[in-house]
Amino acid sequence: MIRKPMIYALLLGTALGAMSLEASAQTLRFASQSDALTLDPHAQNEGPTITLAQQIHDPLIIRDDEMGIREGLAVSWETVEPTLWEFKLREGVKFHDGSDFTAEDAAFSLERARVPPSDYRNYISSISEVRVVDDYTLHIETSAPNPILPQQLTNIVMMSKAWAEEHGVEQAQNYAEGEENYAVRNAMGTGAFKLESRAPDERTVLVRNDDYWDADNIPMEVERVVFTPIASAATRVAALLSGELDLILYPPVQDLQRLEQSPDIQVKSTPENRTIFLGLNQGADDLDSDSVEGQNPLADKRVREAINLAIDVDAIQRVVMRGQSVPAGSIAPIYITGYQEEFDQRPDRDLDRARELLAEAGYEDGFSIDFACPNDRYNNDEAICQAVVGMLGQAGIEANLRAQTRSLHFQQLQNGELDFYMLGWGVPTFDSEYIFNFLYHTNDGERGSWNMTGFSNERMDELVQAMSGETDLDARDELIAEAWEIALDDLTYIPLHHEVLNWAMQANVDIPIRADNSPRFAHVTFD
Amino acid sequence: MSALDPLHRTKAEEPPRAPSAWARFFDSDIWYSFTRSPVTVVSALIVLIFVVGALFAPWIAPHNPFNPAELNLMDGFTPPMGEAFSGNLYLLGTDDQGRDVFSTILYGARISLFVGFCAVLFAMVLGISLGLLAGYRGGWVDSLIMRIADVQLSFPAILVALLIFGVARAMLPRSMQGEMVIWVLIIAIGLSDWVQYARTVRGTAMVEKNKEYVQAARVIGIHPLLIMLRHVLPNVLGPVLVIATIGLALAIIAEATLSFLGVGVPPTTPSLGTLIRIGNDFLFSGEWWITLFPGLALILLALSVNLLGDWLRDALNPKLR
Repeated sequence: MIRKPMIYALLLGTALGAMSLEASAQTLRFASQSDALTLDPHAQNEGPTITLAQQIHDPLIIRDDEMGIREGLAVSWETVEPTLWEFKLREGVKFHDGSDFTAEDAAFSLERARVPPSDYRNYISSISEVRVVDDYTLHIETSAPNPILPQQLTNIVMMSKAWAEEHGVEQAQNYAEGEENYAVRNAMGTGAFKLESRAPDERTVLVRNDDYWDADNIPMEVERVVFTPIASAATRVAALLSGELDLILYPPVQDLQRLEQSPDIQVKSTPENRTIFLGLNQGADDLDSDSVEGQNPLADKRVREAINLAIDVDAIQRVVMRGQSVPAGSIAPIYITGYQEEFDQRPDRDLDRARELLAEAGYEDGFSIDFACPNDRYNNDEAICQAVVGMLGQAGIEANLRAQTRSLHFQQLQNGELDFYMLGWGVPTFDSEYIFNFLYHTNDGERGSWNMTGFSNERMDELVQAMSGETDLDARDELIAEAWEIALDDLTYIPLHHEVLNWAMQANVDIPIRADNSPRFAHVTFD
Repeated sequence: MSALDPLHRTKAEEPPRAPSAWARFFDSDIWYSFTRSPVTVVSALIVLIFVVGALFAPWIAPHNPFNPAELNLMDGFTPPMGEAFSGNLYLLGTDDQGRDVFSTILYGARISLFVGFCAVLFAMVLGISLGLLAGYRGGWVDSLIMRIADVQLSFPAILVALLIFGVARAMLPRSMQGEMVIWVLIIAIGLSDWVQYARTVRGTAMVEKNKEYVQAARVIGIHPLLIMLRHVLPNVLGPVLVIATIGLALAIIAEATLSFLGVGVPPTTPSLGTLIRIGNDFLFSGEWWITLFPGLALILLALSVNLLGDWLRDALNPKLR
């Protein structure tokens, strides 16, 4: 009896709440931990900078919310010859200033992004020439066959040639040298949002582009975006809880539960395009940092298997990561081409088998080894390493944890000083080749630059080199599959988990979460 | 001097010569004032419990938190007296790695007390030597030592310790850092804390050196070093003892601060400060026990030592008797 009025009151409250939200729903207040470094879309290849650039500009090929690719300012693309791509551009696209987007602008933008000081030049280093065929046809010549060019173009956004010439920004800003140009604080593109105002590290305001070419296919409900960078995670969370923000990135793992329990907040998560794993120096004859004299225990595959079996990734997921990780059976993030679910299966933890394998390899009494870890790079990296130390200890391997800041860790790793280390690898091209190229190819000074394991396999090297020139995608998939077989069989790396990404937002706000951690504000819907 | 004298004789002779010294100790006004101050008795008891707990941690503690192989990660974040995944019971709960908080406090107090004692001892030896030298010699030696002391005193001790710690770590080869970290910590805290001793000792030494007994010793040709150690030193020990007791509390807190800042002992062998740091990340997510109990232990220990020092200062001060 007493409850009924309460229910009415609640209903009324909800209705009123919904109405008041309706009225203010068109503004999205967004916060991340850091600001875009610059508005120049070709100056810095960096997360928050890309996120902002992609609201104001469009690339030829769009990376969609599911991390697939779809038509952006280009409607079709194909190879006419192995090294020649033909792009058909979208007609009727207008820049924010009302001018038409044409092949001239596309060619100009690609050229601008392709040469120093552009920070995006590594994505498209295979391009040797860009030619305008007609207003809406573009020819791109590559120095060698490059089947993944479309994947590489998704972060290269298009600028207006006329606008750039008018403001003297034909060249990308030289960020490293601290150059300032007009494009640093101003931006004009074809994107879903126009720049209204910009105060670096304080506040950036975007307004909706009502003439957006893709307006019919995406929600476009957000009229204004107010972006405030807030460095402190606690402040960000507090601001979201108090209703001052609609969407935040990087809520801390341990606060997720509190956020989820709040009825006004929802948290979305997705496996990030990054896998955390352990590297083992199998190539050296003897290791400096272990207790075994005269031989390298890590060179024995049975030892690597024992380590793999000793680590309980599920426990790490449950306790250290509080569910915010996906146990991994290989170091391939789940989004990339060549990823197969079957090789993402981890064997269950089996301590007895691990000890058996160690004994077979001649280490009945175990051994000790230094274990290097960053403590400020990945989600809970140091806590994960501590847990690994305990688990290995139970198998008889005494790992001495050396946790340090990321700059030291990566420096020592690159100098080949680490025998047993933690590393995380994201794959911006969403393609296996990127992994093989850096992490599995023999480290010969050119390829394999992050392969610090000493792993060297002739067949693998052949496959990696073949894959970068293979244009027949089916044949290429076969090469990739074979390479994965070799990689998994060798157990070069001990996979731990795929990182999980979290976005926290008001319950009435909905946005598809993206594995590249780069929200698209035009895709936001309000209840 | 006459007021200080009996005390020092008893203090200096106390441990080895048991019966008579003990008898004299219990007969002294120090003991009298000790028994008349309930706060002091309680503080001494707490310190005693901590010292015994720390010394006998391997026998008292239900788990060995420093042996990673004994940890069960699935027991992580068990609340105090709550049921753990493995069925173990944890009196004060577990931390994020499944370490028993109670055992970790015992083992952590071991590190904290050890670092504290050694750092104080180091600072004391250094401070007394330099202070004696400065006070007895005077002249440019005095100026040099005291100016260095002044300069160092103008920086917060923790900043000096941080600096020394950073430099020492950079100089040590990487493979040795793990084993050496406790000694580096001791030296860093000791070096940041010697000034107090040097200043006090210097002041007293300057007064003492003009007294007749020192003059007499000098006249009969005793070596200055002997005069300093045999004759002047015993007379400056009173205030030093007081500083050392309070310094112990400060050193324990300094160690905790360094570890809290993440530059102290590694997280695999946590001290109280490291534990508080780890627990701090989980305050808002509801796992309050990880930081609360080590924090309470630290407060209790530091406060007790401090109160003991306060009492000692009053007890040794003839003007307050």
